[in-house]
Amino acid sequence: MKLHTGLAALAAGTFLVTKAALAVELAIVSGAVGDDIKMLRSNLDRYEKESGNTVKIVEMPQSTTDQFGQYRLWLSAGNADIDVYRTDVIWAPQLANHLLDLSEAAKEVAGSHFPSIIESQTVNGKLVAIPMFTDAPALYYRKDLLEKYGAEPPKTWEDLTTTAQMVQDKEREAGNSDFHGFVFQGAAYEGLTCNALEWVKSFGGGQIVEADGEISINNPDAIKAIETAKSWIGTISPEGVLGYKEEDARGIWQTGSAAFMRNWPYAYSLSNNDDSAVKGKFGVVPLPSGGDGSAATLGGWNLAVSKYSRHPDEAIELAMFLASEESQRRRATELSRLPTIEALYDDPEVAEAQPIIPNWKEIFLNAVPRPSAPTKKDYNEVSKEFWTAVHDSMSGNGSTEANFKKLEGRLKRLKGSGWE
Amino acid sequence: MAASDPATAARRRRSNLKAERIRSSWIFLAPMLAVLAFVAGWPLLKTIWFGFTDASLDALSAADFIGLNNYLEWVDYGDGEGEYFGLLADPDWWRAVYNTVFFSVVSVFFETIFGTIVALVLHAEFKGRGLVRAAVLIPWAIPTIVSAKMWAWMMNDQFGILNDLFLHIGLISQPIAWTASSDTAMIAVLIVDIWKTTPFMALLILAGLQMIPQDIYEAAKIDGINPVKVFFKVTLPLIKPALAVAVIFRALDALRVFDLIYVLTPNNSQTRTMSVFAQENLFQFDKFAYGSAASTLLFLVIGIITIVYLKVARVDLEGGR
Repeated sequence: MKLHTGLAALAAGTFLVTKAALAVELAIVSGAVGDDIKMLRSNLDRYEKESGNTVKIVEMPQSTTDQFGQYRLWLSAGNADIDVYRTDVIWAPQLANHLLDLSEAAKEVAGSHFPSIIESQTVNGKLVAIPMFTDAPALYYRKDLLEKYGAEPPKTWEDLTTTAQMVQDKEREAGNSDFHGFVFQGAAYEGLTCNALEWVKSFGGGQIVEADGEISINNPDAIKAIETAKSWIGTISPEGVLGYKEEDARGIWQTGSAAFMRNWPYAYSLSNNDDSAVKGKFGVVPLPSGGDGSAATLGGWNLAVSKYSRHPDEAIELAMFLASEESQRRRATELSRLPTIEALYDDPEVAEAQPIIPNWKEIFLNAVPRPSAPTKKDYNEVSKEFWTAVHDSMSGNGSTEANFKKLEGRLKRLKGSGWE
Repeated sequence: MAASDPATAARRRRSNLKAERIRSSWIFLAPMLAVLAFVAGWPLLKTIWFGFTDASLDALSAADFIGLNNYLEWVDYGDGEGEYFGLLADPDWWRAVYNTVFFSVVSVFFETIFGTIVALVLHAEFKGRGLVRAAVLIPWAIPTIVSAKMWAWMMNDQFGILNDLFLHIGLISQPIAWTASSDTAMIAVLIVDIWKTTPFMALLILAGLQMIPQDIYEAAKIDGINPVKVFFKVTLPLIKPALAVAVIFRALDALRVFDLIYVLTPNNSQTRTMSVFAQENLFQFDKFAYGSAASTLLFLVIGIITIVYLKVARVDLEGGR
């Protein structure tokens, strides 16, 4: 009896020692908006308890453009300090060479994710990143104000323009001088590409570069779309909107100073927080149409494992853990991040906590991808040329016609004899 | 014989001594030169080399020599028509060069004027001068990233203190979107840079002021010359060498400005400088070679501007006078 206890204690001790010796330290790098980092930390705490490994978070700024430059540099230098990267949906073809193939590890779970997302992260048969959450934007509107002034949530951009103007005028008359009609992401960065693609697509102006690689952006519908957006600057949107990213727009919205906002679903849970001035006073609808239906740009973030990681097995395990159903459920119920696992859209717990999620399945399934697949490694430059042309047009630097003609020329030049 | 001539022998001894000195100075300099070649020379040569290749950041070792194509290349479309490609034919690059030179000239101009004024004030005798001197240096001591972020908040169009202040004193009727609007983006960058580096100029000019012997001022005072005339006829000529060196330090710094713009107004064509242009191509886009060529041109442009300035301003870097 005594001997047994002793042996058991010894065995337990050995087990603890081996486990401690095997425990590794991992690092994950992630950009963030809202409470992303807080959620990541709490998921990592669960992982640490389960695996015995420790994970350090390296935090990055909110702009995906800034993150990409840094990640590319680290990966090209073969940096072994970072094991897991949180990657944007558009990066897969550009970073594929530096990332490990996750298809073996994801063999069993890949089927539960939406096939289109898995496909977007597959480059030459290699699954370079496992989806963490997906994104499709919404039009946030102030239910209380629309009711007060007898208006309906807008179905078209034209409706939005008149309703926003009306609410803004009335609110300003009522002494709310800092009130704005509509805020969105107008800074010169990837976010403007997302916003502008929605305008262009919903006006029937195509997707900048079509799936077959054809450059379609210079057309009258696309120009009309940008002209419409340009008319908002200084009328229903503050001039500063040309410098806003997601969090800047949310700052104005959440302090109750805007009637409408275009933003990703993450803003839904934050706007319902206790410290939010718009708690319980807002609703979400799909983005307005420009005559050719509503269009939402497909976003979303994934987890990729660096080829240069010193602990590839543990790093893959970590990525799979953070992309698991349980992690996604927590992200969905607490942060209103859209899951990439189909079953979660029918989960009553998720639906109760964040009613937006089941309603958004349709929207995200019909979302428009940015042209990262056809333009391959040139995508970043295509996107920069596009957002520059849009930003210039909206800030009054040359006419939209001239800017888009120039844009077409530049894209042709970039394409050369074909995208590569 | 020459050897018996005492003068020649002395001369030879002296030249032996001189040769000895030169030799030992090279020995002392060697470690520094080796380090410099390693940390500055090698990357520079490597960058210049990449500028002549088709390198991509993903496959640096697989780079092939393509001559001057990154700088200028005539692409024939096969039907008699064609187009020039490359940096020298890239309007974005020339816009970046213009932005950089504009930024440098304006910022250094104002920093020199404000720096001189601050230096004159700090040179005067008053109580608590040590404290004020230290306080003035604070903007310069704050890391650029931090001060740029700080100013970005102050210039925010909705929550920024700057707009609030101007609105309250009635200077403007509605908030200005400092960093977003294309009219004010460059002004915003200039304001922050001038705020940040004026203390540095002041410090260098103050050092020049302290070199001026006091008796000159006493003589001017006895002659009853008015202070403005004293400044232009006595102070300014005497601090000119210090001023010229300060200006060149600042100009070199301003010509390669990156961090301030990267934080304050990223991706804005009105403020994209040569360094920002190079960074974009090197790391954001799949154009490492093009970015290397841009870096090489940046190096050349700075080099040429510096040489021209040295000639025009007749700065004596040897310290002979």
